[in-house]
Amino acid sequence: MGQQAALLLLADGRLPAGGYAHSGGLEPAVRAGRVTDMAGLEAFLIGRAATAGLIAAAFAAVACQRMARGDLTDLDALETELDARIPSPELRKVSRDLGRQLRRAMQAIHPHGIYAKLGPAPHQPIVMGVAAAVLGLDPHRAALAILHENNAGAAAAAAKVMRVDPFDVHAILARMTAQLDHLARSAAQAADGPLADLPAPGAPLSDIAAEHHRRSDVRLFAS
Amino acid sequence: MTDTINQPGARSLRLGVAGPVGTGKSSVIAAICRNLRDEFQLGVITNDIYTDEDARFLKSAGVLPEERIRAVETGSCPHTAIRDDVTMNLIAVEDMERDFAPLDIVLVESGGDNLTATFSPALVDAQLFVLDVAGGGDVARKGGPGISGADLLVINKIDLGEHVDVDVDRMVAEAQEARNGGPVLALSRKRPETVEKLCDWVRQMQRTYAAGGHIPKDPGPMAPHHHAHDDDHRHGHGHGHGHSHD
Amino acid sequence: MSGSLHPDTAVKSTGAMFAHAVLACALSHDGRKSVVSTLRSDGPLVLRQCNPKGPEPLIHKRRDIARASLAAGTAGPIGGDRYALDVHVGAGSTLVLNEVSAMLVLPGVGGGQSRMSITITVEAGATFVWWAEPIIAAHRCNHRHDVRIALADDARLVLREEMLLGRHGETPGDFTSRLRITRGGSALYDQQLGFGPSAAGWNSAAVLGGRRAVGSIIAVEPDWVQTPPAALPYDTHAALTPLAGPGVAIGAVARDSLDLRRLLTQGLNTLGPPWAI
Repeated sequence: MGQQAALLLLADGRLPAGGYAHSGGLEPAVRAGRVTDMAGLEAFLIGRAATAGLIAAAFAAVACQRMARGDLTDLDALETELDARIPSPELRKVSRDLGRQLRRAMQAIHPHGIYAKLGPAPHQPIVMGVAAAVLGLDPHRAALAILHENNAGAAAAAAKVMRVDPFDVHAILARMTAQLDHLARSAAQAADGPLADLPAPGAPLSDIAAEHHRRSDVRLFAS
Repeated sequence: MTDTINQPGARSLRLGVAGPVGTGKSSVIAAICRNLRDEFQLGVITNDIYTDEDARFLKSAGVLPEERIRAVETGSCPHTAIRDDVTMNLIAVEDMERDFAPLDIVLVESGGDNLTATFSPALVDAQLFVLDVAGGGDVARKGGPGISGADLLVINKIDLGEHVDVDVDRMVAEAQEARNGGPVLALSRKRPETVEKLCDWVRQMQRTYAAGGHIPKDPGPMAPHHHAHDDDHRHGHGHGHGHSHD
Repeated sequence: MSGSLHPDTAVKSTGAMFAHAVLACALSHDGRKSVVSTLRSDGPLVLRQCNPKGPEPLIHKRRDIARASLAAGTAGPIGGDRYALDVHVGAGSTLVLNEVSAMLVLPGVGGGQSRMSITITVEAGATFVWWAEPIIAAHRCNHRHDVRIALADDARLVLREEMLLGRHGETPGDFTSRLRITRGGSALYDQQLGFGPSAAGWNSAAVLGGRRAVGSIIAVEPDWVQTPPAALPYDTHAALTPLAGPGVAIGAVARDSLDLRRLLTQGLNTLGPPWAI
């Protein structure tokens, strides 16, 4: 497979894997009054990329690297390490729901025997990493794919939960490209080290807000 | 345990129920469940715009054990969830089939949207499209993929016809014309004989499907559609799915 | 275990401090009480046996357990300093570690990074209660705090960590803190928090939302494998969240240290006895 085009396929929000139903924590942040304007939105997206984004990217990179080597023996440990980095049970569930959906979609789109071996509900970054390797992508591109998909998904939700000009939202995404490139490189580097040293940047308000959101009676997005 | 891709025949009949907001999709599903739960093993998946309102309605109506009614949250894109990106619903249906095997029928209720949202054949084997007389007598004539292409068109709340100045017989005739003679069912939960006709249709569809004689068909691609919030203005809108702009 | 430093005690020409303190406790020979078996202070890291200091969870001023407090003998750490503390809780014993006062992290003259590495091992059937005081990240500080805790499968733990973003009215320097807890060798909880001028997005709604105090209480109880506490977002800025393993994280983001302490205590108290204080 062509690496560049396969990367675009995997990172595209139109990949039918259910991502459109999630705001990446933006809806709860807006409802809590913590994001009220474009500056707040930009800071939110930057903060999210530097925390949950980097974790997802690093785990996608590791899964991709292991899959490419044909050695997934530490897959269970990888799942456990990722669980340990997500205090909110709601966010762990979202990650696993999205992982199942991505696996279901990729198994239909570009089948591979590995998908059946990923356990009942694998985390999204791990499925993304494996899918990237199946498509011939390297760990750096696996990291980039999930960073972009998660970031663009949260940004797209802004149009539905805030009064925003969509051009301004994409201007933020354009300004963030260097940050995402940088994070993807860090993630790919981390994949060469021990699992215990994988990045673990926490985002306390995201965990707290996710638990409130689950209990909210009126919500547009699942998370 | 993995998410397998089931083949037709090895699983339940997956029956979609679509239609605009407020036409009575949930009550159609409630009627089917109430009347057929002793004949068939049933499950229900609801799709909601806000939270899990429809699932709660069905649970409180007590038409099925609560665990057989599950909600999928569609992130304010109900049409995407049944058409462009069915993965969430597909997994919900497959989980339901696995958890309560063997199921005969899984009903999937779409989030109330507009006249153009129809189920993808990748998700359901057959679909109902529900209109009501209160939405206006001319709605059926206007057509659209759901009205013209669904396996069954239900015109609901016919008991209200006289109150909203709608000639029910004429509406049904126009709907039949729009559907090239395809089945149209005039329904009111206050007229048991119409509910029985609905159940007969479902029984027949299940038998045909189980015998391998039903081929899912696609009502057709989405036409340019309009939303409740912009009455006249037709447009494509921004979820990236490929329907045409005006 | 990575992250542990074992520097020799020395004061280099730059004025930076290197200190390595050790604390250990074990069950007494008759098995009836826990005793401090090693108490090695080093330079500014002063360890002393002590009496109960205020309310404490799980232990509630019991007298048959070992209790020590850590006091910073000088201001700091300051830039360039390397502090290390090793704690060992022997099989079946119970140790409480508390602190005399908050730790103020300051910039050094040379602008270097200060580091504190804490390595804790809790053996089979042992209990560790770490009731720490806040760490204050002063303006222009550059500090890395690293805590690694290895629990045996049936060990118990409860700890409190509180971080304040600057003294009153000042913005914090660069600060990162990592707390990694393993249980039976597997990761249970691993969170890093970074803020300050070199970090990205920390002051946003996704991370700290402009608030000046952040902290958590982590409790690990082997019995929770069967029945973990339910998640409970008990305040707009705080939630109790069950971990994937038998533990909970109570997280709070607060206006100031008092608000943070109140929120954390409130969360702890929702667990009821023996955790509540």
